[in-house]
Amino acid sequence: MSDIEQKHWLIRPGTIHLIWRYGIAILAILVIADFFVEPHPYFQIDGTFGFFSWYGLITCILMVVFAKALGFFIKRSDTYYDE
Amino acid sequence: MTSDVPPGLVLIFGAFLLPVFGPQIRLILILGLPLVTLGLIWNLPDGAGLAVPIFDYQLVLVKADALSRLFATVFSIMTFAGGLYALSQKRVLELVAAFLYAGCAIGVIFSGDLISLFIFWEIMAVASTIVVLSVGSDLSNRVSMRYFLVHMFGGGLLLAGILFHILDTGSTAFGAMRPDSPGTILILAGFLINAAAPPLSAWLSDAYPEASYSGAVFLSAFTTKTAVYVLMRGFPGTEILMFIGVFMIFYGIIYALLENDMRRILAYSIVNQVGFMVTGIGIGTEMALNGVAAHAFTHIIYKALLLMSAGAVLYMTGKRKCTDLGGLFQSMPLTAICGIVGALSISSFPLTSGFISKSMIGQAAADEHLMIVWMFLLAASAGVFLHAGIKFPWFVFFQKDSGLRPPDPPWNMKLAMVLFAVICLGLGIWPEYLYDLLPYPVTYEPYTVAHVVNMLQLLMFSGFAFFLMLPWMQRTLTISLDFDWFYRRVFPAAIPGIWNSILQMDAAMRQTICDGLSSYFQGLSRRNTRPGVLLSQSRPIAGMVLWVVVFVAGYLLLSFL
Repeated sequence: MSDIEQKHWLIRPGTIHLIWRYGIAILAILVIADFFVEPHPYFQIDGTFGFFSWYGLITCILMVVFAKALGFFIKRSDTYYDE
Repeated sequence: MTSDVPPGLVLIFGAFLLPVFGPQIRLILILGLPLVTLGLIWNLPDGAGLAVPIFDYQLVLVKADALSRLFATVFSIMTFAGGLYALSQKRVLELVAAFLYAGCAIGVIFSGDLISLFIFWEIMAVASTIVVLSVGSDLSNRVSMRYFLVHMFGGGLLLAGILFHILDTGSTAFGAMRPDSPGTILILAGFLINAAAPPLSAWLSDAYPEASYSGAVFLSAFTTKTAVYVLMRGFPGTEILMFIGVFMIFYGIIYALLENDMRRILAYSIVNQVGFMVTGIGIGTEMALNGVAAHAFTHIIYKALLLMSAGAVLYMTGKRKCTDLGGLFQSMPLTAICGIVGALSISSFPLTSGFISKSMIGQAAADEHLMIVWMFLLAASAGVFLHAGIKFPWFVFFQKDSGLRPPDPPWNMKLAMVLFAVICLGLGIWPEYLYDLLPYPVTYEPYTVAHVVNMLQLLMFSGFAFFLMLPWMQRTLTISLDFDWFYRRVFPAAIPGIWNSILQMDAAMRQTICDGLSSYFQGLSRRNTRPGVLLSQSRPIAGMVLWVVVFVAGYLLLSFL
């Protein structure tokens, strides 16, 4: 599959580049949407600007980092239980 | 008198007809029995129906209301689609066990008393073990025995709890309880083991991925969701469930992030999703319980869809590790699309079923001003997209090109997947059909502009985090140690040592006691061995026997006179 012509259109470098661009654009639009959407905060923090955006990003990064750190202690080769 | 028939019995007895008939009639039974069951469920009048006396108690086999009807409905839909998906399964034993399992799950749902609940509960444990066991490999044999032992332990706790409870209250009725007596605490513990609550949660991720491609679809639905149902009935608003639920949510996410086996990722994600439900039960308001019921309904459908999609990949390629898979969307487009619909649903994307159910639990937390719980639930919603919503489709269908080019699976598997994908989208677009079935009146409106935009922000940035962290997400050929390490490694390794030390202690103790006794007797005999003392003289046994014979003969003689 080294030949670019033979690759599925969805995974050609050009398409992937476009997906990234549109993806970033959608993220930007979603953040900007906060200016126009009437917030319905239940608490204080969720009424602040862009709360759902940064909270989603930060918590996900934290979860990945935590999983990685925990992995140092609990990860074993997948033949570990095979006697 | 069809309204008196316990609907579960149709599947329970029908299961045993499956091996009797040939493929054509079996096909009709597999697809027909769940539909008959569904018909019976909707013909049940509210309240207690059939009761069977046993000893001093009444077994209330049928007691229906909105909540039990909702769970039984989704169970029979699940059995129908699971049966359709499993038509290509060669091992009939698996289907027999699966139908028995489903029938008993419906039996638990309609049980009006603790004794019949326990009976169905235990048959479920046996039948689900057979689903795993029917694979027939050495691995599945060992896994199913571990699975069985955990469930027998849980069943033991439940039975002890039920007996305590009956002694305490004198009643076998199953209703809302408080965990404030030994009986109710043991019942709660028994329920929680089946809900895959910590610490004994590893049975789920241990056993389900070792079932066959179709067996895992059945397994994902019934055990944990009957546990959710009985927790809803028995322990609504029990605060500790909130903490247990939040723990389960994050346990599922973290372990799924570390996992390489595609179906084990989905198994951890079951624990995560059940965690949302357990949290909702802990909150315990009408909004929360509605959310739990709705979420159980939608979860069964999209989780089965995800496992069907993974099962199709396993069926067509024989591979199950993310490191061996990738790029399959090119040759299995339908499986990929159905998998993605399931993945979007579990992540509660707008217009999918997860959006209209999970958000009710979050709303309930907000209504009760439980800010910490609400923040956790929100982070977990982002985490679901991370570990199941993107990770599963990305590593199986995209990622790198594994070079595998299997076609989509047979027609029946495709049909089952399309059916469930349509239900996922249908419930997301027209939530009122599900809301009408919920136990309490629904005042919740999922499609507000703010809710849709906020959810999209949360999920899209979660997806952004996934691709930012992609180098950290690459899978390795590893497993993660869990609580089962204790009973798979530590105890077996420690038991010979413990046994040896027990034997040594026992030997030493007996030696000391024997030594003490013999020196005591020696001293005693030394003191008494003096000639002329009557008792210390030794006499021959023969003489004693002679005298005994003389006395007995004399006694006989006298008694005849």
